[in-house]
Amino acid sequence: MGKLRQQILILHLENPDLNSRTVAWALYDGARTSDQLQMREGDEETPPYDSVLAAMRDGWFVLQIPSLPIYLHGAEHESGHLPYEYVLERKVDLHV
Amino acid sequence: MSKVERHHLLTATQMAQFVVDGYLMLEGIVPQELNQKVYQEQMNYIGKGYDRFWFESETIKEVFELPQVKGIIQSLVGEHPIYDHSYMHIVSAKNLKAQNWHADSVIDTRPLAFDIQCFYFSHDTPKEMGPTLILPGSHMRRVHNFSIGRYKNIVGQKQLACKAGTIAILHHGLWHCAQPNYTDTTRYVFKLRLQPGQQQRNLFNTDDYDNPEITSIFRKGYQPWLGNEDRTEHIQRAKLWRYVVGNDSIDVSFEKVLSRMNI
Repeated sequence: MGKLRQQILILHLENPDLNSRTVAWALYDGARTSDQLQMREGDEETPPYDSVLAAMRDGWFVLQIPSLPIYLHGAEHESGHLPYEYVLERKVDLHV
Repeated sequence: MSKVERHHLLTATQMAQFVVDGYLMLEGIVPQELNQKVYQEQMNYIGKGYDRFWFESETIKEVFELPQVKGIIQSLVGEHPIYDHSYMHIVSAKNLKAQNWHADSVIDTRPLAFDIQCFYFSHDTPKEMGPTLILPGSHMRRVHNFSIGRYKNIVGQKQLACKAGTIAILHHGLWHCAQPNYTDTTRYVFKLRLQPGQQQRNLFNTDDYDNPEITSIFRKGYQPWLGNEDRTEHIQRAKLWRYVVGNDSIDVSFEKVLSRMNI
């Protein structure tokens, strides 16, 4: 197996504009070994990028753009998960 | 649970803050002598299981019999709340794992009624010791248990770091998770979930519930993670406010849309 591994960065933005502000983030790093810690809940206060566009400029490739919300009559004011979720990837060499 | 004196009930301002944020922190509400008794019992516990501590310890029940604690509980779930479950949650020293984000139990089909979860910290719990992490304002979102488990960091997340004797009261829907403990000391928190024993209308000290300060609490309650959904969240909270004050015409919603739309 080669040394290239995938990193997945999930960014949640405040609205569907890819240049809008990041409100949540998660990194899943395939280059870390099973005994190394991944990003954990609550371990960072500041997002790694201000927006998806900022991440793209730094070499991240967008894998998924979210569908826009559908507002059903009678439930227009209800909410659930974070709606504007972008999945990005980068391929890196195994960490040593 | 017997009725408490009115001055122990939540004020309208406190209740509005609970409706907006989904939690209240009652710092140092339990006297230190009682904290120390509970802490000793927690450290030396050899009972039948952490879900049995409530039934085995008279000391923990003393905490929830304090008039100032009963007043808060009565304000939220009434004079005769129903025991749901309890658990003594422990994070061992140097346990560096965090728990996934979740909302307890399952999606709740009650439109506005809510359970409360009381988190009692018997000892000082600074940030490095792993106090529970919460997301203020997330209590009205319809998610299912660990369906939010992919998230890691959210702008506005907050650890319940506190001094001994603090009880945090959480709406059952609030997103939360356990945190790493970087210290050499075990972290304890006792959780008690209570269901309402009656309709949760007009249970707190409703004096001045319709003054402008209350409207302002709702208007300023837009947590930074809400983004484009801040106005709809505001509307959901305004509906909950109507429910708890027992007045289905009061309107603290965004641009008073509840009135405008005849909701």
